[in-house]
Amino acid sequence: MQKVLILFAHPSQGRSEVNYPLFEASRHFEGVTVVDLYAEYPNFRIDIDKEQARLIEHDIIVFMFPLYWYSTPSILKEWQDLVFEHGFAYGKDGDQLKGKTFLAAVSTGGSEDAYQTDGYNHFTLRELLHPLEQTAVFTGMKYLPPFALFSARTAVEEDRVQCHIRDWHLVIQALQASCFDHTICDQTETINCVMPKIKSCLEGVCK
Amino acid sequence: MTVYFIQTFIYLLAAIIAVPLAKRFGLGSVLGYLIAGVVIGPMIGLVGDETVTIQHFAEFGVVMMLFLVGLELEPKMLWQMRSRLLGLGGLQVGLTAAAVTGIAILLGQTWTIALSIGLIFSLSSTAIVLQTFNEKGLAKTEGGRAAFSVLLFQDIAVIPMLALIPLLAIPELVEIAQTMATASEGHHEELSFVSGLAPWLYALVTISAVIAVIVGGHYLSRPLFRFVANSGLREIFTAAALMLVIGIAALMSLVGLSPALGTFLAGVALANSEFRHELESTVEPFKGLLLGLFFITVGAGINFGLLVSNALLVVGLTLGVMLIKALVLFGLAKTFRIQQSDKWLFTLSLAQAGEFGFVLLSFSTQNHVLPTDLSQLLSLVVALSMFLTPGLFILFDKVVMPKFELDENEREADDIDEQGTVIIAGVGRFGQIVNRLLMANGVKTVVLDHEVTQIDNLRRVNIKSYYGDATRSDLLHTAGIEQAKCLVIAIDDQIRAVDLVKHVKKHHAHVKVMARAFDRGHGYRLRQAGADTIISETYHSALELGGQVLRALDFHPFHAEQTKSTFLEIEASHRDVLFDTWVKITEDDKYGSKYSQLFMEIEETLGKRMQKDRSDRHSRTVRGWTPPPKDYSSKLSQEDS
Repeated sequence: MQKVLILFAHPSQGRSEVNYPLFEASRHFEGVTVVDLYAEYPNFRIDIDKEQARLIEHDIIVFMFPLYWYSTPSILKEWQDLVFEHGFAYGKDGDQLKGKTFLAAVSTGGSEDAYQTDGYNHFTLRELLHPLEQTAVFTGMKYLPPFALFSARTAVEEDRVQCHIRDWHLVIQALQASCFDHTICDQTETINCVMPKIKSCLEGVCK
Repeated sequence: MTVYFIQTFIYLLAAIIAVPLAKRFGLGSVLGYLIAGVVIGPMIGLVGDETVTIQHFAEFGVVMMLFLVGLELEPKMLWQMRSRLLGLGGLQVGLTAAAVTGIAILLGQTWTIALSIGLIFSLSSTAIVLQTFNEKGLAKTEGGRAAFSVLLFQDIAVIPMLALIPLLAIPELVEIAQTMATASEGHHEELSFVSGLAPWLYALVTISAVIAVIVGGHYLSRPLFRFVANSGLREIFTAAALMLVIGIAALMSLVGLSPALGTFLAGVALANSEFRHELESTVEPFKGLLLGLFFITVGAGINFGLLVSNALLVVGLTLGVMLIKALVLFGLAKTFRIQQSDKWLFTLSLAQAGEFGFVLLSFSTQNHVLPTDLSQLLSLVVALSMFLTPGLFILFDKVVMPKFELDENEREADDIDEQGTVIIAGVGRFGQIVNRLLMANGVKTVVLDHEVTQIDNLRRVNIKSYYGDATRSDLLHTAGIEQAKCLVIAIDDQIRAVDLVKHVKKHHAHVKVMARAFDRGHGYRLRQAGADTIISETYHSALELGGQVLRALDFHPFHAEQTKSTFLEIEASHRDVLFDTWVKITEDDKYGSKYSQLFMEIEETLGKRMQKDRSDRHSRTVRGWTPPPKDYSSKLSQEDS
């Protein structure tokens, strides 16, 4: 079974309605390691050796965060700046991430309509996350489109959180079982779009 | 003299054997004392008539108890509890007293006797119930809280009862007593201020005495205690506390009022004072022993002949009383919407008669309200109902709880609105900052310090703090160590700080101990004693100043900050090995040189790491932001093509 590492970044967990429940649920998934970055590094003193060792130990790397100004919360950027070193992630002998899978589990305040070329955010979520995508590709990882929840501020009121968590569990299980043909996602905006395929592939595994 | 020694020895011996045994069997200390009394009195006859004399003396324990009850009652808290206190408590006492009185009248007693019996049985046993709640962790449940407000009301209600009972005196009994008194030679007149006064003057004297106690308790006692505490002599503080209680009792007796009332009022007046916890822990042992003595004399006075000849009557009365009490409690629980298992806890826990029942019984007999034989019979009923209480708790545990556990577990856990208290021992320069941070975040703290001036300063800026030596276990108890989550130790005395860590870790393992260390050696001793978190008092501020110096020397501020963090991390990574070496030194001196050697090594590592910052691209401090090699980009494009 593929091992999953979830790096969770949320600076205000007391107010979190989507990400924190998702993170807490992930804690109980089998074969998943969860890291609360703000808890582990409240002073942003990221332990580079420890983080690199964690990366080496896992096959699937997940950034889990609420979208802040079209990007990750600052600690995740700090984490990338520090951990993806020359000689580790890229450059001479820098091949430690090669062959791993990368994806982001993101929540956005704006609706899905806003994240369109003609919406007020002018770019799709996948487009806005191009820096992550290129980082993954540059370091030799397979990139999957984001697992996203749009309009997160009303998700609780509209009863969408539990469904989101269930889908997330299926995605993780499908990734772990490696029953997943990554190319089906190449053209999709989010991984949520291929949920039916993920479900059917999991059923195949069960049979 | 020899006789007194022997008697005292017998009483103490009986107590120290019976009380721990009773506690072990879940009967509580009150029953332990009663059993001790039964054993040395009626069973083996070691003590005899002197118990009556001792009992008068031991009743002073009740006076002290009411002082302590008063100390616990902050006026503000009373006000918050008013509806429960008056509603639940008032109705419980009122209805039970009425029901018992009614039945007693139906059974053929005169109304005065019936009323005093009603009052006696309306009370429950604070000592047994609260202790059991604490032992079983029921104090914070809905039922436990409701029971507590009822018990509190009862404790307060005792005072008017003590005032009321003498008014119920039966003329015939008084006459008999008077003829007996005149017959006996050497009887002296009770000392009194007010015996010959006109009624209006009498009233005036009484009222002024009460006002004197309240005003004096509030304004005069503080300078007195401050003066005494400044001397730093513990026994003088104890003497002052006893003087206060005894003095007030004397004053009250002189003007013909209940000493219990006076000390209770003085207690309330001092409830907000900084000396509250220290007073509590000083008076507590005296009260405990005297009350214990009182219960022993009650046990010793139990008339076994009466019990044997009236066995059925006693058992019947006991069950009857408990049934009435339980019915009243159950009705109240329904009216006040106490739910499910809590309703049963409330009903079963308070269905017994209590230790104040004994007090009122002996008081009623002395005041010629109850004839002696009836009082002895009722004594048996009170005692038996107390003996049955542990059985009721077992009933609750085994029968009631399993029934409700299923439903209650399905409900999601309530949010805990009450954060564990933090006790801060020592609130000088260090503890103060800790306290301010916690208070600003709404954490409940109890602050203790043995410097009176310090406490005064804090009180001036509205920080609730108490005078007292935090290294004494009884003071920790009154400060609530049983419920606390953390204890912050910031006292100056290094040795006592270490002892305090040991004590708390041994007896209150659930409390996280966070200590301030004076220096490295002290830090190790604290760690060895079991402290969970140790912060050296100078370390972080010295590092901060060092960082400022680097900045003044034109180091880049961000670089200075990183250097500090690296310093901290290197120190932390060597902490364990240094500690282990230090432990070995304390066992065997030959490691002494090894420690200094280790220390030198750390200094070297530190220097090397910091030096690397400038030369080596993979130094720890700025490792993360080290740019890739100058030619890396062209190499990458070569690979690509």
